[in-house]
Amino acid sequence: MPKKIENVGCPYCGVCCDDLVVTVSDDGKQILEVENACAIGNQIFHHATGSERVRLPRLRQPDGTYKDISYDEAVDYAAKVLHNAKKPLIYGFGSTNCEGMAAAAKVAEKAGAVLDNCASICHGSSFLAIFDNGYPSCTLGETKNRADVIVYWGANPAHAHPRHMSRYSIFPRGFFTGKGHKSRKIIVIDPRHTDTAQVADIYLQVKQGHDYDLFDAFRTAARGHEIPEEVAGIKRERILEVVEIMKKARFGTIFYGMGLCHSDGRNHNVDIAISLTRDLNDFTKWTIMAMRGHYNITGPGAVWSWQYGFPYCLDLTKRDIAHMNPGETSSVDLAMRDEVDAFFNVGTDAGAHFPIEAVKHLKKHPWITVDPNICMASEISDLHIPVGVVGVEVPGIVYRMDNVPIQYRKVIDPPEGVISDEELFERIHKRLCELEAEEAAKGPAKATPAGVRAEE
Amino acid sequence: MKTVTLTLTNSPELMLEGQNITPDNFAGKKAAEIAALDVWEGKQKSPLGKYFTVEGDGAATAEETKIVLRGDCTRVKRIGQQMTAGEIVIEGNADMYIGGWMKGGKIHVKGDVDSFCGIGMEGGELVVDGNAKSHLGSSPRGEWRGMQGGLIRVAGSVANDTATFINGGTIVIGGDADIHVSTHGEGGTVIIKGNAKGRVGGQMVKGDIYVYGTIENPLPGFQMVGEVEQEVDGETARFAHYIGDLGERHPVSKGKTVYANLYTRI
Repeated sequence: MPKKIENVGCPYCGVCCDDLVVTVSDDGKQILEVENACAIGNQIFHHATGSERVRLPRLRQPDGTYKDISYDEAVDYAAKVLHNAKKPLIYGFGSTNCEGMAAAAKVAEKAGAVLDNCASICHGSSFLAIFDNGYPSCTLGETKNRADVIVYWGANPAHAHPRHMSRYSIFPRGFFTGKGHKSRKIIVIDPRHTDTAQVADIYLQVKQGHDYDLFDAFRTAARGHEIPEEVAGIKRERILEVVEIMKKARFGTIFYGMGLCHSDGRNHNVDIAISLTRDLNDFTKWTIMAMRGHYNITGPGAVWSWQYGFPYCLDLTKRDIAHMNPGETSSVDLAMRDEVDAFFNVGTDAGAHFPIEAVKHLKKHPWITVDPNICMASEISDLHIPVGVVGVEVPGIVYRMDNVPIQYRKVIDPPEGVISDEELFERIHKRLCELEAEEAAKGPAKATPAGVRAEE
Repeated sequence: MKTVTLTLTNSPELMLEGQNITPDNFAGKKAAEIAALDVWEGKQKSPLGKYFTVEGDGAATAEETKIVLRGDCTRVKRIGQQMTAGEIVIEGNADMYIGGWMKGGKIHVKGDVDSFCGIGMEGGELVVDGNAKSHLGSSPRGEWRGMQGGLIRVAGSVANDTATFINGGTIVIGGDADIHVSTHGEGGTVIIKGNAKGRVGGQMVKGDIYVYGTIENPLPGFQMVGEVEQEVDGETARFAHYIGDLGERHPVSKGKTVYANLYTRI
């Protein structure tokens, strides 16, 4: 009899749907059906058992091919790379559990590395704005049960967070929102008429890169001052109309995405969005929330803030001092400025996401990828270490986009012999401690790692 | 005044962190002692002498000590960080944090500097003959009390985020400025002799900005209130006077609301 597992968490986006029903075959080896998930979440589960998996670490050979090696050899290679580098960079963690992140932080601290997560090229600028201006936020449950005005600014959940609108913002019937979407006003602000804009009551087509100006106009109008006839491509009457709707809301939430974080001005766009939210609280209740991308990209922010006081871009090279300053200690900047000499890509695909120039700089040095799947990063690495898929084969804690921790479970076992991120990093940490002890005993002579560098 | 000359002879492979290169640290030290001061390249701590040749001894006090840096310091960070007195002359380019958190003394960079120079500055003078990148005279991340005092003078152009959270002091830019000037400003003066790209004075509470050229995208929160004649940086000119950011909170002093002032030359 195939087994049905209920209330399974989905390891795809920041919405962290926890109502999935997964049907597993008799022998517990095959995932047969996934209910309630979106198309992408569905694919993640099926991909785990439906395709050929890498079962052993692979080390680059002189002829450019990969050769399977044991986990012990891979751990030794990784530890030696970290030990010998002057400033290694450990980056990623969008798609792993908090246990793995904590173990990786232990490794980074021991190795004197820079520890960064995908927020660096994603919502990191939100952190900077939050440092400067606070975060008047709420949980998704509050939005679902109370909000009657929803703003999506520079975000396209129809594609990036497929069930966000149906679970929390537009369509659900909540405690005080019994009429569902009929009782809600949806405002979408985006330079492109996205699929999210299709469901909007009001759509403002802001001029690309001028969100800050539009926010300033909203704030100026909310305080009763004159604004110019047109701001960022939007007519004055339209701006005043939206400001009135916002002021008259019972409860509003601004959801914002990469449109703010990664257009010109970055953190300042988010900063002024927070200022607007604060201003609106003079009239009614307004909240703001970042549309965090991966299911546990909020995790490293929570875990590392607890460990070191900073959520990302942590320079731990001085061991006893954690230093953070994006622009200097952020992954892409470090790469572009040739400031690191080893690269660890964990649970993400820097090969696909980084600018090609940054990838070229990083490729001058050893590049290790830790990922269950074959991706662009794994294909250009010197060493690829496969691990179990969190949420499918490995349980653990993840943080939803509203900073609510959720315990994820596993539905099947990982392929035989494949270990978890946490175990891998614990083993690398142990090996690093051994190397340090050996060096202290022998003096400063350092071993060069075995294996050969990949072709550029 | 005694001069210590550092010549970069052995370039770092990564970036070198030279927070110890200040008159305060060099004062009262012989050349050999200076060469033994720590510098960092990633996690590797080395003596200064590994990268630089050191000539001359420090004077008894920081006030009396002058440091001259020769060679290509493009990859040397944090020169003159937290210095309180004395003088530093960098003959070429330098990297980040030059004059960061400085309290006194003078730094003269004859080339370009990178980002975060003069951040959290409290006093003294930072002069750059070339260009500067982002976050010039800005506040460190999450710090709402930015530049408190002192003077920064950049002959060339600057990138974005100049003078964020500025609280006091003066920044003079000879060329153009990219977006975000004096964002969240609560005081101080920024003078841009070229053009500004936009977002000048966003979320600004108090303080002054002068733009001699044009502002490509002026913010809707600034309103023109008149024309004034003022002496700025030694020359007198007529300016259009705007107040703002009207979207931001503003304190009331003696019954009058205090706004930030933006002046553009007519």
